[in-house]
Amino acid sequence: MDKYVCSVCGYVYDPANGDPDNGIEPGTSFADLPNDWVCPVCGAAKDEFEKQE
Amino acid sequence: MKAVELAKDVYSVGVIDWNIRDFHGYSTERGSSYNAYLIVDEKVVLIDTVKKEFTDKMLENISSIIDPKRIDIVISNHTEMDHSGGLPRVMHYIGQDKPVYCSKMGFKNLSEHFPAGLNLKEVSNGEEMNIGKRTLTFLETRMLHWPDSMFTYDQTDKILFSSDAFGQHYAGFETFDDKVGDEIMHHAKKYYANILLLYAPLILKLIEKVQEMGLDIKMICPDHGIIWRSDPAKIINAYVEWSKQEGHKKAIVVYDTMWHSTEIMAENIAEGIASQGVEARPIHIRSSDRSDIMTEALNAKAIVFGSPTLNNTIFPTVADVLTYMKGLKPKNKIGAAFGSYGWSGEAVAEIRGHLENLGMEIVDPGLRIHYVPDDQGRAEAYAFGQKIGKAVIDAL
Ligand SMILES: Cc1cc2nc3c(=O)[nH]c(=O)nc-3n(C[C@H](O)[C@H](O)[C@H](O)COP(=O)(O)O)c2cc1C
Ligand SMILES: [Fe+2]
Ligand SMILES: [Fe+2]
Repeated sequence: MDKYVCSVCGYVYDPANGDPDNGIEPGTSFADLPNDWVCPVCGAAKDEFEKQE
Repeated sequence: MKAVELAKDVYSVGVIDWNIRDFHGYSTERGSSYNAYLIVDEKVVLIDTVKKEFTDKMLENISSIIDPKRIDIVISNHTEMDHSGGLPRVMHYIGQDKPVYCSKMGFKNLSEHFPAGLNLKEVSNGEEMNIGKRTLTFLETRMLHWPDSMFTYDQTDKILFSSDAFGQHYAGFETFDDKVGDEIMHHAKKYYANILLLYAPLILKLIEKVQEMGLDIKMICPDHGIIWRSDPAKIINAYVEWSKQEGHKKAIVVYDTMWHSTEIMAENIAEGIASQGVEARPIHIRSSDRSDIMTEALNAKAIVFGSPTLNNTIFPTVADVLTYMKGLKPKNKIGAAFGSYGWSGEAVAEIRGHLENLGMEIVDPGLRIHYVPDDQGRAEAYAFGQKIGKAVIDAL
C-alpha cells in the first residue's frame, strides 16, 4: 500500500503502522482514513498529503 | 531588571539579550529578548522560561514580585531552547515535582530535550485550567512553528500568550508597541518572513479559527520583543496580509559577482524594472544577510537571481539564498535568472531550475552575457528588466 507524505511537516503515513494513537489500525490504507483524520504531527488535513514516490 | 506589570497581577519577567547578532543564522541587528510571564493568582503560574544562560536573571526578575519558590505551575508553550532552556534550573529551584504543562507534542519534544526529571503534564487543545480568579485556555498551534507550539489564553484579562507567533527580535526597555512606534513592524515582518512564511496556509486557518471562536484579545504577549497592547488587531491583520502573499509592485534583484559583470547586469536590470513603475532594488548577497533578503522578498512580486558561473555551477552564496528560500516556500512569485560567464555558463539554467522548483512563474528563459557587458549587453539587461517590470504590472 502507498505511503503518503504530509506536505506541511514531512510526516509519512505508513499504512503498515496506521496511526494507533488516533485510533487508526495498522493496515488501514490512506484512502480508508476518515475524512476528518489529520496529520498526527502538525494537524494538516488529508488533502495536504501527497503520495510518496 | 524589574518585572513589568501588564495587568493586575500579570507580569513580564523575561530577559533582554542586547548583544545577540546571530540567532540560529538569522541576523538580529537589534538584539532580542526571551519573554516569560508570571501570573500571581491563587496559583502562581510561570509561562515559558528563557535561554539557559539567562535563567538566573529571570529568577531575579521574578524575585522583584514574589519568591520564585512560590510558583505552583509552569506552562511551556514551545519546546525550542530559547524558551525551555531555563526549565531544568527553574524546576530544580522551585521544586522538581511541580507540574510543567505542555501540548501533546510538547510532552514528546521536551522529553527529548531534557531526558531527566521534569514532571510533564499534557494538556489537550481547548482544555481549560482554573488558577483562582482566572481561567486559562490552551490552544494547540502545531507547526507554528514547531509541532509542540501552543498558545495560552487568559480569559479573565483577555491576554493571549502567543509563544513565537507575533514576536520580533528586538531588544529594548520599551516593552509595548505604543512605546516603540512603527519601527517595530519591520522587525515583526522580518520574524514572519524568516520563521513563519512556510506555514502561511496554516496561519490563515488558525486566524480564521481564532476569529470563529470569538476570542476577545486585548493584549498579545509573544516570546520575543515587545507586547502588542495598543492595537493587537494590527499585528493579526499584518499576519493575514503577509500570509496571503499577494505581492506588491516591487521586484528584488538578488545577485553575487566576482569581477562586477553580473553586478553591472543587476543594476541595469533593476533600472529596466523601475522604468515600468515597479519598485526595484539590486541586492548584493555578500553585503546583506540572507534573513534581510528574505524580508525584502516577502512582499516583492518578482524575485530575480543573478550569478556568475564558477567551476561549472552557481556561485555558492547564491545557492545559499536559493536553498534558504526553498525552505521558506514563498508563493505567487515571478522569477527570472541572469549572469555573466566565461566559457560554459551553467549558472543561469541551474538557477532557473531552482526557481521552477519554487513554483515561480518564469517570465524569460534567462539572460547570459559573455564576460563584461558592453553597451549592447547593458541594453539587453535593461530590456530584460523592462520585461520583468511589465510582467509584474500585468500580474497585479
Ligand atoms: C527555525 C527552525 C526550523 C526547523 N525546521 C525543521 C524541519 O523542517 N524539520 C525538522 O526535522 N526539524 C526542524 N527543526 C528542528 C531542528 O532540526 C532541531 O531542533 C535540531 O535538534 C537542531 O539541531 P542543532 O542543535 O544541531 O542545531 C527546526 C528548527 C528551527 C529552529
Ligand atoms: Fe521557536
Ligand atoms: Fe523563540
